[in-house]
Amino acid sequence: MDAIDLLIVVARVVVVFALLLVVTLLNVWLERKIVADMQNRIGPDRAGPFGILQTLADGMKLFFKEQVTPRKVELGVYLLAPFLAVIPALLTFMVVPWGRPIEIAGRVVPLQGTDLNIGLLFILAMSSVGVYAVVMAGWSSGSKYPLLGGVRATAQAISYEAAMGLSMVAVVMFTATAGDGGTLSLAEIVARQQGSWGDALGIPALGWIPRWNLFPELVAFGIFLIAAVAETNRAPFDLVEAEQELVGGFHTEYSGIRFAMFFLAEYINIFTMSAIATTLFLGGWNGPTWEGTVPAVVSAVLPTVWFLVKTYAIILVFFWVRATLPRLRYDQLMQLGWKRLIPGAFVWLILSTVVIGIRQFGWPWT
Amino acid sequence: MVELVLFVITAVAALAGAVTVVTARNPVHSAMGLFGTLFSLAVIYVVNLAHLVAAVQVIVYAGAVMTLFLFVIMLIGVDKAEDTSEHLPRQRTLVAVLGAAVGLVVVALIVSGRFVWVPAGGGDVEIPNGTVQAVAEPLFTTWILAFEVTALLLTIAAAGAIALAYFKRGLIREEHE
Repeated sequence: MDAIDLLIVVARVVVVFALLLVVTLLNVWLERKIVADMQNRIGPDRAGPFGILQTLADGMKLFFKEQVTPRKVELGVYLLAPFLAVIPALLTFMVVPWGRPIEIAGRVVPLQGTDLNIGLLFILAMSSVGVYAVVMAGWSSGSKYPLLGGVRATAQAISYEAAMGLSMVAVVMFTATAGDGGTLSLAEIVARQQGSWGDALGIPALGWIPRWNLFPELVAFGIFLIAAVAETNRAPFDLVEAEQELVGGFHTEYSGIRFAMFFLAEYINIFTMSAIATTLFLGGWNGPTWEGTVPAVVSAVLPTVWFLVKTYAIILVFFWVRATLPRLRYDQLMQLGWKRLIPGAFVWLILSTVVIGIRQFGWPWT
Repeated sequence: MVELVLFVITAVAALAGAVTVVTARNPVHSAMGLFGTLFSLAVIYVVNLAHLVAAVQVIVYAGAVMTLFLFVIMLIGVDKAEDTSEHLPRQRTLVAVLGAAVGLVVVALIVSGRFVWVPAGGGDVEIPNGTVQAVAEPLFTTWILAFEVTALLLTIAAAGAIALAYFKRGLIREEHE
């Protein structure tokens, strides 16, 4: 490992960091614009063309705003919570591959923060650490609305993490049949979704269907998507910050840049969850690159483009759901989680296992 | 060198967390101290290339268990006038003796110099079989019986918890009482 390798590692981390910040700036604006369109409004249109610089202006404002610290807060925990929200949000994306490995001067550079052997578990670990930020913020604010928001966040996170984990297990088990042994590495999961279902099953007529996990694991995809919306505390599962009942929920007592950090973390989490859904179900960066017929630079950049296109397709679903669905009641949220999603995920897991077993080992009576 | 620096930082953090657990007046602070300790241990596991163990540590202990702790503390709240009298006789003397014994062993080891620093994996060490695979292989072949028995034990514990919450003195509790 020489200096250049080290430089490449640093560059990969910095690029992911920058990507997340830029994407967040765009997403906040995009959400406001799209929700405005759906509700027959104009939305932000003052700063820059189409109001695209609106988020930047808002961010600057938050930077220079006075930071109000209520008298009853638990100061240490209160100051720590915003950081604890942002750091896991940034770290989670580090294991997501966002492009095909490129070759620069004889060195293969994977376009990914780092390829961990335990990639999927790392994602689950970081998302469970992220809950702490909400809980700590809610508790340390020393007022009742944030506390209620914090308690709700804990219950919601515990409930929906189980469903999300189970849907991931189905994907991991399916992926194990597509190659040599099981894997939790996201780069490997993407690599095993290359090609088409026609080639994989030996049916030429299906050659146009890409070999994404989406098709065999459709139910798991649905469960994952619902759980992802709940995990990111987005409408219709945004009980954590339900304005009508909890003022602002866990971040009621935060202002200025500290509030901005919670906001940033939420939008980074939306992008990361969409990117993970893309990686697990939509084939990640896989897509036609027209190798040889287009310049090499184009076919090196195209996978990243495909990745972003797929991720944004899922993000648009997030926005669409937010603009369309009313918020669930708290007991409905718990019932959906424990009585529908988790049993559903279990049934799907068992069905999926039986099919995989039969495909691998044949019928038990033959 | 990097390893030593990481070790010192995480070890100090783990100890600080442990001290917080015992000395903090506020139970929420204690819970957070425990979280700090568990997370620091996870970092030490990562330094030693035990990625799977680190991930499990964070998901199960730092994640699920601690969230549950905090949830209970916040929801039920803690009475400020807590009963702090000790029920174990001669607890403090016992702790002092045992602590001194452990400390003596550590000092003896350092003085005699009969230990080796085992360098943990650096950035360029290849993981031979992948950590998850390396753990899964013996777990599901050699130790399958122990694994299944543990699974059974956990199922019984879960069923017991539900039974305790649902049945009370031979009566089935009314729904939404």
